Amino acid sequence: MSVLVFIDQSEGQIKKSSFEAASYAAQTAEKLGTTADAIILGTVTDDLTTLGNYGIKKVYTVADAALNNFDAQVYAKILSQAAETTGADVVIFSNNTSGKAIAPRLSVRLKAGLVSGAVALPDTSNGFIVKKSVFSGKAFANISISSAKKIIGLNPNSFNIITTGGTAEVAALTVTIDAPKVTVVSVNKVSGEVPLSEADIVVSGGRGLKGPENWNLVTDLAQLLGAATACSRPVADIHWRPHHEHVGQTGLAIAPNLYIAIGISGAIQHLAGVNRSKVIVVINKDPEAPFFKAADYGIVGDAFEVMPKIIDAVKKLKGVA
Amino acid sequence: MKILVCISKTPDTTAKIAFADNNTKFATDGVQWIINPYDEWYALVRAIELKEADASTVLHLLNVGGADSEPIIRKALALGGDEAIRVNTDNADPFFIASQIAAVAKEGGYDLIFTGKETIDYNGSSIGGMVAELLELPYISHATKFDLEGSNAMVVREIEGGEETDKVALPLVVSCQKGMAEQRIPNMKGIMGARTKPLKVVEPVAAESFTSVASYDLPPAKAGVKLIPADQPEELVRLLHEEAKAI
Repeated sequence: MSVLVFIDQSEGQIKKSSFEAASYAAQTAEKLGTTADAIILGTVTDDLTTLGNYGIKKVYTVADAALNNFDAQVYAKILSQAAETTGADVVIFSNNTSGKAIAPRLSVRLKAGLVSGAVALPDTSNGFIVKKSVFSGKAFANISISSAKKIIGLNPNSFNIITTGGTAEVAALTVTIDAPKVTVVSVNKVSGEVPLSEADIVVSGGRGLKGPENWNLVTDLAQLLGAATACSRPVADIHWRPHHEHVGQTGLAIAPNLYIAIGISGAIQHLAGVNRSKVIVVINKDPEAPFFKAADYGIVGDAFEVMPKIIDAVKKLKGVA
Repeated sequence: MKILVCISKTPDTTAKIAFADNNTKFATDGVQWIINPYDEWYALVRAIELKEADASTVLHLLNVGGADSEPIIRKALALGGDEAIRVNTDNADPFFIASQIAAVAKEGGYDLIFTGKETIDYNGSSIGGMVAELLELPYISHATKFDLEGSNAMVVREIEGGEETDKVALPLVVSCQKGMAEQRIPNMKGIMGARTKPLKVVEPVAAESFTSVASYDLPPAKAGVKLIPADQPEELVRLLHEEAKAI
């Protein structure tokens, strides 16, 4: 019996959400009185021994360049072999796009109950119960898993990483690798921008900004803070901003440390996508905007007057001329 | 070409979320039910567009749910589709539901199976992947664009910080999200036509369940907003830095 965590990588580098998943796996293992191992597929440039710092004992690698082409079917078959070899009863994923594609397939292969969207460590005091986000962030459900094997998909930015100062052992794993049925034709990454789902800080704009030509108020602040940019649904629908920036119930649900909403009234559908943010700042000229009820800090004021002053204050704070 | 679109019944996006029976059940009093938006706006509408482009396409809708799902199934049929199948069960375990979909799909011999990327109530993102594994088919999740090129599909899917274009031979399973299609409103002709379209009810096949809801919690209420005067925005920056330690 042990815990296995899938480490997701992109272009040879471990994704940030996987460090969180690694720490979660190690904490779960400690609760179960066992140890946590990790597996990473494809060719990797990062130093994998550093996963020990997150409590991982051993990192298994399948360093086959063919695996840089993502096919969830191929990945799931390898992971089921890895779970068998390592004797894992619990498999952890970050609930990101890769995790959401692989975990359900692995669940079928291992006959393992899956809880995706977990926000806390499993409660093992009476059975095995995992708390997950439901109703698009408006509530939590405590899900009981009854199967012997279990899979958990951890929502990004929902668990406090604990570092242990350890060093992980790295070992190659021999597995059967199927030919992929999915061929990756091209990858188009928005370079230089922080991925929205992994961002610590998100600066978001709504219709109150009046037009795409005013978005420098959002992007300038985001750049200063190393933040990702987002928008409300109407803004994406009228093509002021690209669809992938839409956060809310039918867009992306995010949980950054800090969410700054500028000119967004805070419709219930928008709140559903952002209410797991730790600190919410709302800047809106309408004092009746529902968003203020969900906010930690707010300014009732005109974004066109307030934002330049905020940007200047942040520049001063960061020591930028 | 045969397409199967899986549709789920969810509470309306503005529904009040509350729980009953000692926080073990969703309180359904006064709740309006809708087709899960990802299933309707993206999976179903894209499938309808594919049928419009090739009239020989057969489009079936599938719901796994109780008789109370029938109004949303009729609404989906009003948008399009030739017929619907309802697997009669209230079991909500993802593996159980996926097993039902896989059983229907196997019998129907579909070239394409579309689902929404997740339901807005359970937020599982699990069904499509499970169905694909049960049928041993490829699976593209979080698709934002889908086109056919002969017997291949060209699919764009969301990845962290960008998008990826994949080429994959049919048959396959795709989970759909924003970008795939634009929301449609059913017209009167569609609504009238939907009344007479076949809606077949079948009993579930035997399958295991691995999970169940033990209880629900609501998030703790916020302490209340701290308002900063509009003429002192630098005070906000100071508070975010010194008090919230967020920047």
